[in-house]
Amino acid sequence: SGKMLSNISNVLRACAQKNGAAVVMSARTYADFTTQATFEIKKCDLFKLDEAPATQVVMTRDEGLQYYRTMQTMRRMELKADQLYKQKIIRGFCHLYDGQEACAVGIEAAINLTDHLITAYRAHGYTYTRGGTVKEIMAELTGRRGGIAKGKGGSMHMYCKNFYGGNGIVGAQVPLGAGVALACKYQENNQLCVCLYGDGAANQGQIFETYNMAALWKLPVIFICENNRYGMGTSVERAAASTDYYKRGEFIPGLRVDGMDVLCVREATRFAADHCRSGKGPILMELQTYRYHGHSMSDPGVSYRTREEIQEVRSKSDPISMLKDRMLSNNMASVEELKEIDVEVRKEIEDAAQFATTDPEPPLEELCNHIFSNNPPVEVRGTNPWSKLKSVS
Amino acid sequence: QNAVSALRRREFHRSVTVRDALNQAMDEELERDERVFLMGEEVAQYDGAYKVSRGLWKKYGDKRVIDTPISEMGFAGIAVGAAMAGLRPICEFMTFNFSMQAIDQVINSAAKTYYMSAGLQPVPIVFRGPNGASAGVAAQHSQCFAAWYAHCPGLKVVSPWNSEDAKGLLKSAIRDDNPVVFLENELMYGVPFEMSEESQSKDFTIPIGKAKIERQGNHVTVVSHSRYVGHCLDAAAVLAKEGIECEVINLRTIRPMDVESIETSVMKTNHLVTVEGGWPQFGVGAEICARIMEGEWHVSSQTSCSTQRLQSVQNPMQKFKFCMCLREVPD
Repeated sequence: SGKMLSNISNVLRACAQKNGAAVVMSARTYADFTTQATFEIKKCDLFKLDEAPATQVVMTRDEGLQYYRTMQTMRRMELKADQLYKQKIIRGFCHLYDGQEACAVGIEAAINLTDHLITAYRAHGYTYTRGGTVKEIMAELTGRRGGIAKGKGGSMHMYCKNFYGGNGIVGAQVPLGAGVALACKYQENNQLCVCLYGDGAANQGQIFETYNMAALWKLPVIFICENNRYGMGTSVERAAASTDYYKRGEFIPGLRVDGMDVLCVREATRFAADHCRSGKGPILMELQTYRYHGHSMSDPGVSYRTREEIQEVRSKSDPISMLKDRMLSNNMASVEELKEIDVEVRKEIEDAAQFATTDPEPPLEELCNHIFSNNPPVEVRGTNPWSKLKSVS
Repeated sequence: QNAVSALRRREFHRSVTVRDALNQAMDEELERDERVFLMGEEVAQYDGAYKVSRGLWKKYGDKRVIDTPISEMGFAGIAVGAAMAGLRPICEFMTFNFSMQAIDQVINSAAKTYYMSAGLQPVPIVFRGPNGASAGVAAQHSQCFAAWYAHCPGLKVVSPWNSEDAKGLLKSAIRDDNPVVFLENELMYGVPFEMSEESQSKDFTIPIGKAKIERQGNHVTVVSHSRYVGHCLDAAAVLAKEGIECEVINLRTIRPMDVESIETSVMKTNHLVTVEGGWPQFGVGAEICARIMEGEWHVSSQTSCSTQRLQSVQNPMQKFKFCMCLREVPD
């Protein structure tokens, strides 16, 4: 190591002499970093629970880098989508997730890819954490054939293995998620289903019907309310008689969690997953989080909340900044290393956006495909009685 | 238990009620495929609100036959989710009137998903239950939903008439990898029909999407589905005495509709009457007339065709009185 250091400094000296300027570079090797550190995280509020998730948690350097990279990728992906939308390359609905990255990343860190997850329409982040690539996601947003749903689903209907979308009807995904959990229990595979909904959806009747059946039948489902304080333009105080969303399951134990801290989310999800897998039935988590964008791209997001509020959250609670500060102050990474990741992420997003912009749209011949599964080909009526389109499974 | 049921069958000379045919279909499919299960209100310990699932809970237990609370939207969604995750649920609505509580799950979660996911996510589910008019149950419990569900791509909609239809079509529906809306009729449950040797087999299925000509004739084509097929056959028998031969077509499937069979018949008869229990506006009969008018018959025929729709009176209470107005169809 000593030899390497002297080699590096020789090279540096040579460079500096060549360029005639002072070159500042990090001469530290990766062996200098702390491999793991213990962090004190916020306690969760508990409902009908005697035990709680851990408040002293260990994060390794590798984990930290992975969370950082994933969150940064999601952040940049959403911002690029914003850009493409404003250029009218993405049209239709586009609900962006920036600000809420810690939720998706923290949850995935505590479950397996063999577990199941379903969410509502603010789904780009989850499509990524569940295994979709940035390329496929962006091409789906632009409606091209390279999209994860071949351009037929769009922003709100992206699917991949053990990820059931992307659902457009507010609240409808909650019974679906409990159904997936029923299948897990039925098949005795020790898997669970994470079933997400927002503070707006939390007042839907079908969610309470689902709470009842999930508890009655002890389904292995983790209900998660992503409370970002606003259901479209309606603040939680104006929508709910009780804004303690983690208590709304009444007979289902609940946790309220700081959704801006990826480690809080991870620990709470670990706790919840253990609860489910031990056969105790459903559990409810409320993640307190925030979205920087408006409800969708057609909402500027400042008519029902102040710019000061948005700015305050950005400066004090941004999930990526929090993680970055933690890693830097515990000597788990260097500024340059993280910058390198940023550069790589930016490139990945640029390439994906390039693909999403240039990939062709799905051909008209495929318009009517995938109406039925495992069916012989049928003829589908077009826009007039003499126009017949082909549909294959 | 198999020996007893075999004996029972021989005793009745293979006369089986629609209820028992449906029961047999579900029993056989539950036995054949571990992933099949039944859920709905009163399906398990009560033996079914109309006793269609009698004996199934006793035989298969809590895991395969599940009593649900009165939460249509919730349990229909749970059934769809289970189908997405690899099971093959049969979701019973006590009547299809209650399916309106859950119609979003049927259409938006079940019917559209395979398309929106470009083939990644199939939804192999059957929604079944009694549909349409019963005996004096009043407006809220008497609506026919054939037209509503048949309007939507991504769904198959089936409407059996007799026991053979009921058994063969339900087995096909359960084996189908797509969402199927299976419309039964409460007044038909207790009606016995002779069932052929072939239909007693555990592998007997009737293809979805194919109509059946129940009675051949040259003078007028009469198209119907569900209970009213029986009425059509009765009317045809009366008319035969006057020398009018009706060709009675039992649709069996509403969507995808077997328009070809109707067209072939109308090419022959040049007269069409549709008979249904639903309301006339935007109904099954309206669709049939439109398709015939647009189709081969209209293009190639030299004579003018008269089409008439017979259906329930257009008021909320569907007290359907079937009039023998076939006699009044103009020449």
